[in-house]
Amino acid sequence: MTETESQSPGEQEAWTTWDTPSERWLLSGYTRDRRERKILLELAARILFPTVLVFSLYLLFAGHEHTGGGFSGGLVAGQAFVLRYLAGGRMDSSSTVSLQPPVLIGVGLTIATFISLVPLAFGGTVLESAIYTFTVPMLGQIKIVTSLFLDIGVYLLILGVVLDLLRTLGSAIEADVAAVERR
Amino acid sequence: MTALVALPVLLPLMAAGLSLAFGRFADIQRVLGLVVLGAIIVNAALLLYVADVHGPIVLQLGGWPAPLGITLIADRLAALLLLVSSVVTFAVLIYSIGQRVADYGRGTSSTTFHPIYLMLCAGVSLAYLTGDLFNLFVAFEIMLSSSYVLITRRTTATRVRPGMTYTIVSLTSSILFLTVIALVYAATGTVNLADLAQRVSELPDGLQSSLGLLMTIVFGVKAAMVPLHFWLPDSYPNAPAPITAVFAGLLTKVGIYAMIRTQTLVFQHESTWQLMLAIALLTMIVGALGALAQDDLNRMLSFLLVSHIGYMLFGLGVYDIAGLTGVILYVVHHITVQATLFLVSGLITRHTGTVALSRMGGLAKAAPLVAVLFSIPALTLSGVPPFSGFVAKLALLQAGVDAGTWAAYGVAGGAVLTSLLTLYAVARVWSRAFWGRPQEPAGDPDPSDELVVGTGTTSPAMMVASGVLAATSVLIAVAAGPLADISGRAAVDLMHGETYRTAVLGGGAGG
Repeated sequence: MTETESQSPGEQEAWTTWDTPSERWLLSGYTRDRRERKILLELAARILFPTVLVFSLYLLFAGHEHTGGGFSGGLVAGQAFVLRYLAGGRMDSSSTVSLQPPVLIGVGLTIATFISLVPLAFGGTVLESAIYTFTVPMLGQIKIVTSLFLDIGVYLLILGVVLDLLRTLGSAIEADVAAVERR
Repeated sequence: MTALVALPVLLPLMAAGLSLAFGRFADIQRVLGLVVLGAIIVNAALLLYVADVHGPIVLQLGGWPAPLGITLIADRLAALLLLVSSVVTFAVLIYSIGQRVADYGRGTSSTTFHPIYLMLCAGVSLAYLTGDLFNLFVAFEIMLSSSYVLITRRTTATRVRPGMTYTIVSLTSSILFLTVIALVYAATGTVNLADLAQRVSELPDGLQSSLGLLMTIVFGVKAAMVPLHFWLPDSYPNAPAPITAVFAGLLTKVGIYAMIRTQTLVFQHESTWQLMLAIALLTMIVGALGALAQDDLNRMLSFLLVSHIGYMLFGLGVYDIAGLTGVILYVVHHITVQATLFLVSGLITRHTGTVALSRMGGLAKAAPLVAVLFSIPALTLSGVPPFSGFVAKLALLQAGVDAGTWAAYGVAGGAVLTSLLTLYAVARVWSRAFWGRPQEPAGDPDPSDELVVGTGTTSPAMMVASGVLAATSVLIAVAAGPLADISGRAAVDLMHGETYRTAVLGGGAGG
């Protein structure tokens, strides 16, 4: 979801620069009024953003037996974007997500309802779930509950809703205010 | 087989998702909506057939058994109302697509309308099919949240206020509903309707009647029964015609359905329900008198809607098999007729450019087809003999007279009076709008909304949709015999909850 600028690496990469991040550390250094910047928050957001996303995925997968699930996972993932928005303002948030939130909501809803009908093809009832256990080399036993796929739909839907809220109640209103101020 | 019960809910939800994802492709959205709603008509017809021949179809979601899991059930009443409702939602979709194409051209897509409308349909289906109280609440919420969007879509400053009234009243009643569910759960430990039937009857009498009354108030707000009807004539006329049509046709009737379901299955009464009879009489008279005082066509129709809710409360108040048969017939007839009337009102305002009756005239000459389309549902609503309204009203009046109490006689008299007042109200529309000197169409007062579009043009799709609904209401009269039979059987099911209970709890198609 984060767009990473594909920087073509130079012919001879210096050993001192190979681990420099491809993106700037500070999100919006060049876009906002310097007096309004919150350096600490921007740095924290930069560090936390991937961590929060990974945590949201953990919640999504843990949902069947532990605390979590598609709904809370989606909300947490949404919070990652809220954090970026708070730190970076509308300039950043709109550049982070290239997918339209309504499309995300629509895809999530479609996946969730479609998955609830899939058990019919295997002779089950609507919304029934099954448990499969695989042994994967290196990782050991993996237990997959089919309700996970429904949760993925819910995850996308909720993430889409949060992004849509950010867009309509956050950046859109900011843009309106900015437009009024410019006049 | 049992999956048929889930499809009327899941298909529109899935279509809503797809249509949101394909927000930029107008034609895909339209085809998707029409195909899915068309499929639901077929689905509902199948459900009705199976439910009538083999008894209720029960689906335990996820295979979890009844009092714990979520139950969907299609019995005769649910399937019948689902069938009628799906015909209405289908026709209204055709109408609104026609209106959109006529106003904005074929290529203009609307990102919100189709997904939200399909969500509304899913909510309506779920409300009919759900077998537990909490999911009834969920269904109402799906339905109402969609309706908040539809009523405030493309809103203007003047329309925000009625939209707010609608939203706040609905939210308040939702909170009350949730409170009642919590109380019922605290008292009985279950929210499954079939299970509740047993548990509630074991509660002390006082507790039973107070829970029953609270529930009546909750659904009374949704159904617009009289002391709680104030929001309806203010808010409904402020939505575009097709949206008002589906609100008037379905939302209030879903409230009535919920009332019938809970009052027969969960809270059983011994005899004629005096309070309900009094409310029924009040609803009829207040609504009809309100209608006579209006100059705004849509407000008048909204008051007539309130007034005719009284008939359904009347049948419920009589509380025997004949009364409930009458209610079911009346609901079926009223869903189609009220939706048709609002659609036709949309056609009328397109010709006149105003909703004020005093500024209309000569439409019978200018738009003869609209005149025919208006006259059929108008006569049906007022209960003139060959039409379906007469059949339904006759069934109710007979039930009232057979009940033999003075209260029932009184309300039956009020029903006849209301019928006459309705006839007077629609005749007034006829003489103002259709007769007289043709008026120059008024200009569009606010081109930014879709409320009154006085362009004078109507697309064939809009006429066909209104025609299909009008024809449906005529068809109901033609098929009155079989329909009355099936309503009678549904009423017997309602009065003897055994079939419902055993279908859900014992020997149901679980797992």
